[in-house]
Amino acid sequence: MNKLIGGGFAVTAVLAAALAFATSNARAVEPGQSAPAIELAGRAAPVNLERLQGKLVYVDFWASWCGPCRQSFPWMNEMQAKYGPRGLQVVGVNLDNNSDDATKFLSQVPASFAVAFDPKGDTARRYQVKGMPSSVLIGPDGKVLQVHTGFRDDQRAALEAAIVAALPVAR
Amino acid sequence: MSCSESQFDDGGLTGRASVRSMVLSAVLVVVSAVVAVMLAGCAAPAAWEKGNLAKPEMTFGHDALEQRNAAHVYASKENASGGTGVGGGGCGCN
Repeated sequence: MNKLIGGGFAVTAVLAAALAFATSNARAVEPGQSAPAIELAGRAAPVNLERLQGKLVYVDFWASWCGPCRQSFPWMNEMQAKYGPRGLQVVGVNLDNNSDDATKFLSQVPASFAVAFDPKGDTARRYQVKGMPSSVLIGPDGKVLQVHTGFRDDQRAALEAAIVAALPVAR
Repeated sequence: MSCSESQFDDGGLTGRASVRSMVLSAVLVVVSAVVAVMLAGCAAPAAWEKGNLAKPEMTFGHDALEQRNAAHVYASKENASGGTGVGGGGCGCN
């Protein structure tokens, strides 16, 4: 009987481990690997990462309920304005379940870069987003250059330096 | 005769016991499966799924400043933080 109970626990443990693994099987996105696909409906036009090859792409995962995301918007506007002519494209991927929340947010906080909507979070799952906001810098060759989680004002300079270092068009 | 009787009795006992153990093992398998499925449901919500958790009404207290103070004291006394809502607006960095 003891053997039976032991076996039962073993089966439980294995099943639990297998199920836990199944729910978090994707690996984190790391620099050097090719960026997972992004194909989403956008605010102005559909956003497809493949079509942005040749540009330096700064993908930012955000949501209306996230405080640091709100802080990052003015900075991303600035980056787009400053480095857009030199080949930077900022893409804000919204992860709100309800797109109305995103629309309301965008009416309060202007965004002068491409905004895409992913209410189901498929893209976030593919990129294994660990925190909000998360940004991924993708080189002109479609390879991940840098992954960053969170946004604080004292990180602006370092994030900008990473963008400048990877710009495809020299000044 | 007595020998065969005792054999018969023993056989009856082991028969009942084996039925009981079969039922028990079946119950155990079902319980294990249910527990396993339920354990898998204990996964934490992903970073982008905390929209509802970030709402003010999801916190325990009512006064933001007081809560902040309480969280600060708790963190310094217990060397632990979190569990009072979505830290830092959900960025997971605080």
